[in-house]
Parts: sequence; structure tokens; C-alpha cells
Amino acid sequence: MHFGLSEEQTMLQDMLRRCLEERLDLETLKRTAGQPCDPELWRALVELGVTGALIPEDYGGSGLGMLEAEVIAEAMGRSVAPVPYLGTAVLAPLAWQLAGTPEQRERHLGPIASGEHRYGVGLTEVAGAPRQFGKVTLEGDRAWGRCYFVLDASDASHFLLTANGDTLVVIERGAEGVSIELLNDVDRTRSFAVLGLERTPFETVGEPGRAAQAIDALLAAGRLMLAADTFGAAEVMLFRARDYSMERFQFDRPIGSFQGVKHLLANMVTDLEPCRSLIWYAAHVFDAEPAERVLHACHAKSLASEIGKFIARSSIEIHGGMGFTEELGLHLWYKRIEANRQLLGGPETVRHAAAVDQGWVQPLTATAT
Amino acid sequence: MDLSYGPEYDDFRAEVREFCRNHRPAEHRSRGIPGVTERPSPEVLAWQAKLIEHGYAARTIPREYGGYGAKPDIIENRIIQEEFLAAGLPLGLSNQGISMLVPTLLEVGTAEQCTTYIRPTIYGEMIWCQGYSEPGAGSDLASLRTRAELDGDEWIINGQKIWTSSAHVADMCFILVRTEPEAPKHHGISYLLMPMDRPGIDVRPLVTMTGDATFNEVFLADVRIPAKNIVGARGQGWHVANVTLKYERGMLGNAGQGQSGIKGLVELLQEETAGSARAMDLDHYRDRLLKLQGRTLANKYHGMRLLSQSINGEQTGVEGLITKLSATELAYDIYSLAVDVLGETGTLYDGSPYQAERDWQKSLLGCFTGIIGGGSANIQRNIIAERGLGLPREPRVRFDSGRWELSPSASNKGGN
Ligand SMILES: Cc1cc2nc3c(=O)[nH]c(=O)nc-3n(C[C@H](O)[C@H](O)[C@H](O)COP(=O)(O)OP(=O)(O)OC[C@H]3O[C@@H](n4cnc5c(N)ncnc54)[C@H](O)[C@@H]3O)c2cc1C
Repeated sequence: MHFGLSEEQTMLQDMLRRCLEERLDLETLKRTAGQPCDPELWRALVELGVTGALIPEDYGGSGLGMLEAEVIAEAMGRSVAPVPYLGTAVLAPLAWQLAGTPEQRERHLGPIASGEHRYGVGLTEVAGAPRQFGKVTLEGDRAWGRCYFVLDASDASHFLLTANGDTLVVIERGAEGVSIELLNDVDRTRSFAVLGLERTPFETVGEPGRAAQAIDALLAAGRLMLAADTFGAAEVMLFRARDYSMERFQFDRPIGSFQGVKHLLANMVTDLEPCRSLIWYAAHVFDAEPAERVLHACHAKSLASEIGKFIARSSIEIHGGMGFTEELGLHLWYKRIEANRQLLGGPETVRHAAAVDQGWVQPLTATAT
Repeated sequence: MDLSYGPEYDDFRAEVREFCRNHRPAEHRSRGIPGVTERPSPEVLAWQAKLIEHGYAARTIPREYGGYGAKPDIIENRIIQEEFLAAGLPLGLSNQGISMLVPTLLEVGTAEQCTTYIRPTIYGEMIWCQGYSEPGAGSDLASLRTRAELDGDEWIINGQKIWTSSAHVADMCFILVRTEPEAPKHHGISYLLMPMDRPGIDVRPLVTMTGDATFNEVFLADVRIPAKNIVGARGQGWHVANVTLKYERGMLGNAGQGQSGIKGLVELLQEETAGSARAMDLDHYRDRLLKLQGRTLANKYHGMRLLSQSINGEQTGVEGLITKLSATELAYDIYSLAVDVLGETGTLYDGSPYQAERDWQKSLLGCFTGIIGGGSANIQRNIIAERGLGLPREPRVRFDSGRWELSPSASNKGGN
């Protein structure tokens, strides 16, 4: 029996952490806030195999699993990396593999693995976000409407969207009638947009109306990755607060010797460690026991969101006035955690989804707008 | 990740399962906990003897001391637990003697002590209590003042212990006493084995807030015990005490605890109604349930992670120190939700008419055992912060000539 990361997975983790830390110092993070991903950084990540991790070897990837994807997501959160990881490297490859035809996989997976195609992803239609903001309608071979809160939009060459809750479509950035309205999100390390479609041609992933199961899996994968991202960011915030509490003296003592601070830190790590175990387990069953996917991804997202918020808030507080400054940069981690909490369903939403998954209650029926 | 125990354990599991199919303990009714709040009945003793004979209790205790003599193997223990749980069979006895004293003797006791005490203890015939806490020495255990003096070949013990669980049913007490009053606090303590039938011992039960008398005050006036009843050397008792505490924490931090609570809670929400609605259909209760389910799952997998670390000989860091705090807080929140869902019915107690099938209120009150005993929640936070995160301990203060003064920090914190 072995519960945890294998040697190879730990190596991947070390490599990625090093790569991101070298390239993303605080100055760089601040300078590039709100900008598209740095092409050099993207190249480096492609070379490390980040974009091909979930793509089978036959299509130019390395055929790894969700636990490796989790390791990568955690490293991204740890470095608050301004990288369109989730859409391109996780959701798009899964979508083509779960719902696409063999011919589509052949055509689309290679360019993802090679880093050439990047995907913005719009799942809010199925993720419990306020629906009145957008809806995509398909008629014949054209799409109309708006998709709200598309992830990783500014970098995207392609967009993966849901329509009617049971169909996945892909749209090229340069296609007719596409408009991209970038949003001003509190988290400036990733980009979000409203995508407008007007008589826009699209490609259906697989068959229209047949992707409901794939969409469930995508949502679960997205939630799990956001949980891992939050976990990585929260761990940094905890240990920065720990370090600061030993450096900062008040009343002739390190502030970490005051129990108000010390016990807060003890509570933070007491919450954090079991959450790590839950996220690892959720990633493991995503591949090993698909029937357990949704439940565990929802719980991972819920718990990471709750403890992430507690740790983020407490870390800022422990840093005092310095914690509130733009200069220290801790806010980047705080905001990443806050954004992750809301994306693809906040804590109550994902817990409700866990209840539905266990048959405790009926799903909420959509109220038409 | 490899969550299977491996094919080499398949035979062992089959063997345990076979045993569970063919054996069942004799019917026995009890309100108390055998070996803790009452002496084990003949039926319980017979079951214990059968379990030892097959190696499902006292599995790794050497044969010469009455045990089964198997090599330590955590996975085998796990399998026994899993199979007994699945079959609804009671596991072997667990009490302060079996879970705390016996491993302490094996680690630091003499061969003679092992021969004398282990066999009757594991068979449930010899019940032990733990004489650590005193009115003036709780979390700061090393400040204890009960003293023992050597008189020829006997110790003479004087002082008072408190919160001594099962002292009213116990045959023996492992007790901490001060034997070197001149030595610094931690170096003046010895660890003695005291028969409870000696003259001069006065046990007065204390009723707890649950209404049961589970712990006691123990007054000690010129109690004489043999000089050889000391574990470790004179003045080394603090070390021995900490060996025992290590086993106590292992017993209390068992990650499996939350699992049965959450299962009952799910059933409760599915069955109970509030007004005309099923509790499960009410968003506020269901959301609390889901939060607790998430924490329960996290603790469950965390237990698997720690198990895996110890099987594979990996080092355990701060993640190993958090289990008691995490599990006790979770249990409190689980029972709180059950009582809230039941509303007024949740206040019914101890077999009242109209009470729910399970005594949730009693379980809720019982949570204080874990929150206060075995190193209180705040002491756990100190341990996590100091040993796990490397934070400094807080300075000590004393009241001197009408004001608070910092006093030089000494000592180590125990907290039993
Ligand atoms: C059900 C039960 C069974 C028990 N059984 C036994 C037994 O069999 N044998 C035995 O010897 N003892 C037993 N105990 C005693 C138990 O070990 C003590 O209650 C425990 O160590 C706390 O000591 P105390 O009660 O004196 O509280 P105190 O030490 O006085 O603590 C009071 C409060 O102050 C806090 N506190 C104390 N020190 C610190 C600090 N440094 N930092 C922050 N907060 C602090 C504590 O967390 C607690 O909230 C039992 C207790 C219970 C509840």
C-alpha cells in the first residue's frame, strides 16, 4: 500500500516548482498582471510536458493521469502562475477524449500537447453561476448568444463551451461573429471574459446532445484542479505567515510566541493537512473509480475553498499593515484563492452537487429566463 | 497511489472473515464500558480469551507474557478491524491497562514486571487506572506534588490524584509521584505501580456532566507498596510517563472515529422531519451535513496517508500531530448537528420517552472527554505550533510583589 505521490510524481513537482519559481518573482508577477501568458514561460512549461500530461502518447502527450494534473495545478497555485493551465491542459484534452470522435482526437490533441492551441473554457452554464448573463443557442451549423465568465480567455486560440447542458462545442477565436469582452477580475493572474457569438460557425465535440456525461466529468475535473490550485496557494500563505511570525517582534517577543497568533497558525495547519489528503484521494479516484469522481471533486472543492479562505484571511491578518499593502504582494495569493472559491460553483453550490450525486435530493431545475 | 494492501494479505483477510462467520460473543447486557466503567462480565472475558487465542487481540504481545506473539504488522491490525466492523463483532478490550500500560512495560519495564502484569491485563482480569493529574497539576503535569519516600523496601505514598478514570473498579494504578523533591521539576518524578487494595487509598467517585461516575478523586495517605514496583529508574518517571502518553495519543487520535458518527447523521437527516419537511430537504441542515461529510472524508484519507507513511517507514511531520485536535473538533460538530436537527427531542436524555434511538445528546456531552482529556485542545495547538511549525513557546509569568513578572522559562510541557 502506498498513499501519496510516487517518486516520479515528486520529481515532476520539484521540476515544476523550480521552473515557476525561477521565472515568476514578485516583480514579474506584478508587471505581467492582467497580461496574456509570457510566451517564454509557456514554452518552458510545454517542454516540461505540462500541456501533454493528460494526452495519450499516441497523440503526442505523455499519458499521465489526474494525480499528475493535480500536482501541476498545485504548483500553479503555489506560484500564482499567470498560465492558462486549466482550460488548455486539463479541460480541453478531457473534452476531446471523453466526447470527441477518433478523427477529432487525431486532429485536436496534437496541437494541444505541442502548446500551439490554447483553450478558453466556458462552463458557467452548467456550474450554477447566474444564468441570466448568457446562453448559447445552436441553429444548424451556427451559434448565437453569449457565454459568461470564460476562463483563460485572453490567451485562447479556441473556446470550449457548453450548450443546452448536453452539448460541447469548440469555436475558433478568429471565427465570424466572435467578440471578446475582457472582465476586470480581482484576480489578475488569470483572465476572464464574456464571449459573444453572432452567426458563429462551430465544431461539435462528438455528437450534439450526447455530451452530458462528459460535461459532468469536465466540471468535476475543473473543480478538482481549482481545489489543488487553492491548496498550493494556501500552503504558501500559511508558511509565509509562520515565517513572518518568527521575524516580526513586538513587545520584545516574536509575534509567533503570542498564542493568539500561534494557535491561529496551529488551526491553519490542522485544516490544511487533511485537505491535502482529500485532494490526493479525489485525484486518485478520478481515474481509478469514475463513480466516485463527482462526490470527491465536489468535496475537495468545498473543503479547499473553505480552508483556503480561512488561511488566506488569517495570513494577511498575521502580516499586519504590511499584509494589506500592494508592495508585499501577498494579496496575489489571497485573490487567487478568492477567485478559485467562486469559479465553477462556490462552496454551497458544490456541496449541493455532492448531495445530488448521493441521491439525497433532486437537482435544482433551471428557472428559465 | 496504491490503496490495496497487496495480494499477500488476501489469505489473512479470508481467515479473519472465516472466524467472524463462525464466532459470536455470548449475549451480554451492559450500560457501562467493560474494563472502563465496570469490571468485564464473564461473557466479555470469555470473548477476550477467544480473541487472544486466535490472535485477534493482544496479537503482537510475546507468547511468554500471554499474548499471541505475532510480528507487528499494521496492515494485519487494519484487516482485523475492518472485518470485525463489517461483521458487527466487538473487537478486543481496550482500556488504559491494555492500550497504555502494556506497551509501556514492553518498552521500558523489567522482564519480571512484564511477566507479572501483562498476562492478567490483556485477559481483562486486571484493570488499571492512570494516576497522573492532580488538583494543581493538569496541563502542567510535571508540577505534580504527590510524593513517595523510600522506607526500607517500601515506598510510602502521600498526596492526591484527580480525574482518575476507572479508579473505582481498578486493581492497579500506574502513578506519577515526586521522589526527589530537590531535583528540578522534570527530574524528580518516578513512575510507580500501585495496587489499589492497599490501606490508605480512598477513592471517591466524581459524577461527570453526563451523569455517570467515570472518574474519581483518589486520596493517598501513607500508602505502602513494594520498592520494586517502579518502572524505569528513580527520577526517570517523566520519561516513562511520556512513553505512556505516546500510546495514549495514538489511542485517542484514531482517525476512524468520525466515520460512524457521520453515517448515523446521514440516516438521521433522512428520517427526521422538522415541521412537515424531511431534514435532508432543508438546505440549512443539509449544507451543514455536507460540510461535515467533507471533513470526515478528509480525515479518513488523512488516516490512510499516515498509515501509509508508517508502513513505508516514511517520516511523519506536522501532519501526524494534528489528528487529535482535528478528530475531536469534528466529533463535536457532528453531534451538535444531530442535536440541532432533533430540536427539542435532542434535549431528551438517558432513555427518556420519545427519545431518538441513539443518545446523541450524551455523545455530544461526551465530546469534552476528547477536548479536555489526553492533552486539551489548546495544549494540542501548542504542540502543533511548537513541534510541527517550529514556533517559540510562550514565556512564563509569575505574580511577584503585586505585579506580573516574566519568569525564566524552564521545562517541557506534557499534558496527559
Ligand atoms: C473524561 C476525562 C478523563 C480523564 N481521565 C484521566 C485519568 O484517567 N487519569 C489522569 O491522570 N487524568 C485524567 N484526566 C485529566 C486530564 O488529563 C486533565 O483534565 C487535562 O490534562 C487538563 O488538565 P486540567 O483539567 O487541570 O485543566 P487545566 O490544565 O487547568 O486547563 C484549563 C484550561 O486552560 C488551558 N490551558 C492550560 N495550559 C495552557 C497553555 N499552556 N496554553 C494554552 N492553554 C492552556 C487548557 O487548554 C484548558 O482549556 C481526565 C480528564 C477527562 C476530562
